[in-house]
Amino acid sequence: MAVMTTPHISADGISRHFGGLIAVDQVDFAVPRGEIRAIIGPNGAGKSTFVGMLCGRIPVSAGRIMFDGKDVTALPAHKRIRQGIAYTFQITSIYGRLSLQDNVRLATSWRWGNDERAIQNTIEESLEKVGLADRMDQMAGDLSYGHQRLLEIAMGISQHPQLLILDEPTQGLADSEIAGFVKLIRELGGDMTILLIEHNMNVVMDTADQITVLNLGKVLATGTPADIRANREVQIAYLGETHA
Amino acid sequence: MIEKAGMTDARKSLYFHLGLIGALFILQFILPAYHHGNLARIMVLACYAMGYNILFGYTGLLSLGHAMFFAAGMYGMGLPMVHLGWTPEPALISAIAAGVVVSAGIGFLALRTSGVSFMIVTLMFAQAGFLTILYFGEWTRGDEGFVIKQAERVMAGFDLSQPVNRYNAALILFSICLLLTIRLVHSRFGRVMIAIRENEERTHMLGYDVHFHKWMAVIMSGTMAALAGAAYALLFGYAGATFASVQYSIFPLLWVLLGGAGTALGPFVGTLFMFYLIDLSSSFTTAYMLIAGLALVLLTLFLPQGLVGEFRRKVVPWLS
Repeated sequence: MAVMTTPHISADGISRHFGGLIAVDQVDFAVPRGEIRAIIGPNGAGKSTFVGMLCGRIPVSAGRIMFDGKDVTALPAHKRIRQGIAYTFQITSIYGRLSLQDNVRLATSWRWGNDERAIQNTIEESLEKVGLADRMDQMAGDLSYGHQRLLEIAMGISQHPQLLILDEPTQGLADSEIAGFVKLIRELGGDMTILLIEHNMNVVMDTADQITVLNLGKVLATGTPADIRANREVQIAYLGETHA
Repeated sequence: MIEKAGMTDARKSLYFHLGLIGALFILQFILPAYHHGNLARIMVLACYAMGYNILFGYTGLLSLGHAMFFAAGMYGMGLPMVHLGWTPEPALISAIAAGVVVSAGIGFLALRTSGVSFMIVTLMFAQAGFLTILYFGEWTRGDEGFVIKQAERVMAGFDLSQPVNRYNAALILFSICLLLTIRLVHSRFGRVMIAIRENEERTHMLGYDVHFHKWMAVIMSGTMAALAGAAYALLFGYAGATFASVQYSIFPLLWVLLGGAGTALGPFVGTLFMFYLIDLSSSFTTAYMLIAGLALVLLTLFLPQGLVGEFRRKVVPWLS
């Protein structure tokens, strides 16, 4: 069991208040190295705020975050990224007026010093993985929405992170692209820990080792896809008491 | 729109700008005295605009207080020469030091804000700087300013009040600023500056210390502006509080917008254009500012990327 080893990323009672609103309320959370963990929950459950705190985009109001055995709670986001966390935004965030390869270059070049060859290889390899290698010189802003999402995932992969956080990556993708995405995540799963916020239940069931369900800022349940599917509380949270 | 990776584009761009520098060198033998003098002045002011462009055009931060950096260089040069009897060489160093110190300090404080607040804060700091210059009128002589005597404006054996020397000193300074800009834009640091302009949040979440990069951009921008201010004092022999006023904070913004923000050559073209627009229109009407204003409005409407920006978009995409 994974509980015997130090978790790769863990949260110890983290909370986030926006004024009087409690978005995330004393969440404990731990994911072992190499696991694919899906985070699901109804709209407004605090999923994005929660992963925002893990990657440093949003400061915690209380609690502690450990990554790879170190306390990173006070570390600014850019330093956490350089320690091996990659993050993709819920709303696509790329450089529309730069070429695809320049987008990926910005994501990866700081890893390689002056090794231009390694940078170029990483750019090609990352774009290859999401199927955009033939569009390397196009302007990112000219891509379709789905392709822009894939570009953002390529930027994440190019950082060779230990922990990859994807906030609703399949939103706006076509079915064929989703199939490719599921395959890609499975491939990556062995090399890195992946946190996946996802609404598409087929994607969740096809990729996740474990699922954490958030509701109203708290952890409602954690378990395997089969456990979660059978969990009555989860059904109530999603469907409402009367329908359950 | 943005320079692509690869040596060839960078090299083409470099040759283009070296060609321009060559053309400016040759022009001094052709131009009549009046335009010869103008062009020297325009090249110095273009350095001011190039400094502004580092922050506004490449990093995406709009400052309304750059006159204080220009003035820091101007007085950093002029005051020790006039009151302490310094020669131009050490005075140039004190001018650059003044630029670094003022921009580092103001940048540190102003960058605690962003967007409109950043504009307001830089405007207020510049206004405070302007009033400080007036307050110490005993030394600065306030609005009236002071003259740096011709005999003192001799650097490395060259009398910089002589038109030929002045023109070539301005050209050297202009070349340095232009080549530094091109070097910066193609450097890794410059790419991150552009990335901040294009998408600050994304840049931070890719692992870059956005705040540090912005601060360095303010310092580079402010120091280049100070260098231009110092050169202006030395070459034209005058320092006055007008150069620290709001008007001189707006000028580089206009020059850069007209010429093309985020293009290496835009600041020079914008400065040249506006200088002659005012010069020509004032020769036949007293309402020359009306003509200048109208031209600005039309250009902004029909060439929103500025003269060089549109030229790059339509003709030479490899231009820095």
